[in-house]
Amino acid sequence: MEYQTHDHDVLVIGAGGAGLRAAIEASAGGVSVGLVCKSLLGKAHTVMAEGGIAAALANVDDRDSWQVHFADTMRGGQYVNNWRMAELHAKEAPDRVRELEAWGAMFDRTKDGRILQRNFGGHRYPRLAHVGDRTGLEMIRTLQDHGIHQGIDVHMECTIVQLLRDDGRVVGAFGYERERGRFKLFRARAVVLATGGIGRAFKITSNSWEYTGDGHTLAYDAGADLMDMEFVQFHPTGMIWPPSVRGILVTEGVRGEGGVLRNTTGRRFMFDDIPENYRAQTADNEEEGWRYTQGDKTARRPPELLTRDHVSRCIVREIKEGRGSPHGGVYLDISWIKERLPHAAEHIKKKLPSMYHQFKQLADIDITREPMEVGPTTHYVMGGVRVDAETQMSTVPGLFAAGECAAGINGANRLGGNSLSDLLVFGKRAGEFAAAFARKAPTGAIDEREVDRAATEAVAPFERGAGGEGPYQVQYALQELMQSMVGIVRNDADMRKALECLGQFAERARRVGVGGHREYNPGWHAALDLHSLLTVSEAVTRSAIERRESRGGHFREDYPDKDPQFGGFNLIVRKTPDGRMDVSRAPIPPMPDELKTIIETIK
Amino acid sequence: MATSATFRVWRGERNDGRFDDFRTDVSEGMVVLDAVHQIQAEQANDLAVRWNCKAGKCGSCSAEVNGHPRLMCMTRLNQLDLKVPVTIEPMRTFPHVRDLVTDVSWNFAAKKTIKPFKPVPANGDGTWRMAQVDAERVQEFRKCIECFLCQDVCHVLREHRMFDQFVGPRHLVYAAALEMNPIDAESRARDLKTTHGIGYCNITKCCTKVCPEDIAITDNAAIPLKERVIDQLYDPVAKLLRVFSNHRASPS
Repeated sequence: MEYQTHDHDVLVIGAGGAGLRAAIEASAGGVSVGLVCKSLLGKAHTVMAEGGIAAALANVDDRDSWQVHFADTMRGGQYVNNWRMAELHAKEAPDRVRELEAWGAMFDRTKDGRILQRNFGGHRYPRLAHVGDRTGLEMIRTLQDHGIHQGIDVHMECTIVQLLRDDGRVVGAFGYERERGRFKLFRARAVVLATGGIGRAFKITSNSWEYTGDGHTLAYDAGADLMDMEFVQFHPTGMIWPPSVRGILVTEGVRGEGGVLRNTTGRRFMFDDIPENYRAQTADNEEEGWRYTQGDKTARRPPELLTRDHVSRCIVREIKEGRGSPHGGVYLDISWIKERLPHAAEHIKKKLPSMYHQFKQLADIDITREPMEVGPTTHYVMGGVRVDAETQMSTVPGLFAAGECAAGINGANRLGGNSLSDLLVFGKRAGEFAAAFARKAPTGAIDEREVDRAATEAVAPFERGAGGEGPYQVQYALQELMQSMVGIVRNDADMRKALECLGQFAERARRVGVGGHREYNPGWHAALDLHSLLTVSEAVTRSAIERRESRGGHFREDYPDKDPQFGGFNLIVRKTPDGRMDVSRAPIPPMPDELKTIIETIK
Repeated sequence: MATSATFRVWRGERNDGRFDDFRTDVSEGMVVLDAVHQIQAEQANDLAVRWNCKAGKCGSCSAEVNGHPRLMCMTRLNQLDLKVPVTIEPMRTFPHVRDLVTDVSWNFAAKKTIKPFKPVPANGDGTWRMAQVDAERVQEFRKCIECFLCQDVCHVLREHRMFDQFVGPRHLVYAAALEMNPIDAESRARDLKTTHGIGYCNITKCCTKVCPEDIAITDNAAIPLKERVIDQLYDPVAKLLRVFSNHRASPS
């Protein structure tokens, strides 16, 4: 089979925030860098991030510090985070944000002209550097516009289907470019995975088509460990009506700016269930909550700004118990602030411009005048490639991972705003250490037979032709299954059923056929994505069966409580030599005393 | 609303194409991209379309719907007359690849020719101060999602094909964001006049009309940049001074 060959010292797969940041850093390390992205440059899922970048700059509240950010992140992650990653993240995020400004990012400003920070769920102080509600766009554009002048070779609209190894080390990757459908072989001394998440394994999701778990699957197939795959974040507020927009994200920034959640009786139900470990820092009346959103430092945050896992479950409870809105959600109301603020409509449009337009254009709703209907949407996966905290290297030499496709920083639940800072902090580290690895690594040998096998497998759907199983039909069935059986509320019986079905879908995937030819053929691309979707779905399901407790994003109705015993380890997913998926437990190493003290003193 | 509608979709490769009609179900709230996806899933698996976020944020699904440059994900079917077929074509300004997909790589190359951000020295603490009002002027341009609809509709590119002499409205917006950044130290006036061809823009505002982000491309980016070019390169007093200094310097 024919293919083009490209040589790079470091190959970065994925060009969202983490991939771009890694590529920039690797390039600064003096090695040649190739950057592969499934879409056009600058279109990656990072553009969708709305609220902001969490970093303890302490510009708005000088009580903030890396210690508080660290404690917030660990509490939000229910203490199964990789504490070293949480520490590095909290310490390094401020520098990474300031660096963005030095590269041209234009953040909103405080009155004295510094970077403004806003409130967000689970963050004790206003911590999110932001640009209205389009922070992700600002971030990716800044990295893109800086990155294009750093001598990085960008391969746009190119999908990697397999990593190549030599003697246990990753030495390259094989994939295809969308436009002509030609195969490409990338030889590299180190590979950084920055492919984002797995949201497309679920029916209702805020994620774009790209989020099929490619990086997770590439790593798994190459023998690397995955970790924490049971922890999937369902964001509490996605659009639910009309049906075609179901799942599109409604930023947490709405609640940060004073938006409240109400059920159909008009009750602010979030006051009804405040978890014990957050009680001390949560407002117990509406007045105090409002004062918090308006910057009153003596006030505690409203319960709408509790962590996403908790808010999602409260919403599900309201709907289940018959207090939901007409289209099966709850109400999110920002328009009520007109009772408190003069020129409230202008204020809302200025603070939440994309939300205003999104609802106006897609749902005929004016959010300055009426409440939105919202419900949970699959948003993020805390689980991913198991990496070393300092270097971001996986358990396979030469293979690094950063951003959403890596595990560790977020534990059982991610705080809003910690994703963008994660991309920057660990994107940089992955780039730096991948470059260092590449400088020392000898050129690896490419196994031509392995490449041929991958190519033959990739074109197999054409051999079966349009008469085969439809790729979209298998994808839709899988999404329905994961949504209903391995979604927000899980139980053992459903998930075992789901595993069985996944086995059947894998059979169907082997029969998938597509018509036409290889040039820009979405049917073919959908067929090739099925392997990744099936792999990550199985990893989520097997891990979720194994964790017989409820923690963070993982909620079991048959084990509704947190179990301290399960708080002592992470679940590891690994491919056995005979190709089966194995789940095992890895004890969490003990935390150093100084970090323990921080957590104990910052309640 | 009708329960089904006909979509007349451009199919083919590299300009060798034709319109094919597809009839498909429509339901409340649907956008054009939903219809395209439905057709793709049920009738034409290999129908090529570029898209990502389906929320108007990434700028991938640009096309011409009933002849108007639009984002397919933000064009509601209830804004269209479904009694007649809805035509969906690729952006006509860029080289055609397949079906609704075009080759927009020229835009990425053009952007690279614009001098990047170069900050003035930071304060002692390594940061910069700026007023929100100054930030906002630039933030309007930074809203751009690079959908390239403004490039698609610009007659300098679309009719006159002056890709090697004019960077197009998108990149005037990009240059404006850099030029008006209060902490940028670079000057791009000379480039704008010469290689970037700002003089070809004759402010017909077609770009402004199609911008899905409502950026006032002509009024806030193109015209102020034109003024900047004139200020810096056509100042009559400076020109006189130049003439005299050159005169004195020239050997007799």
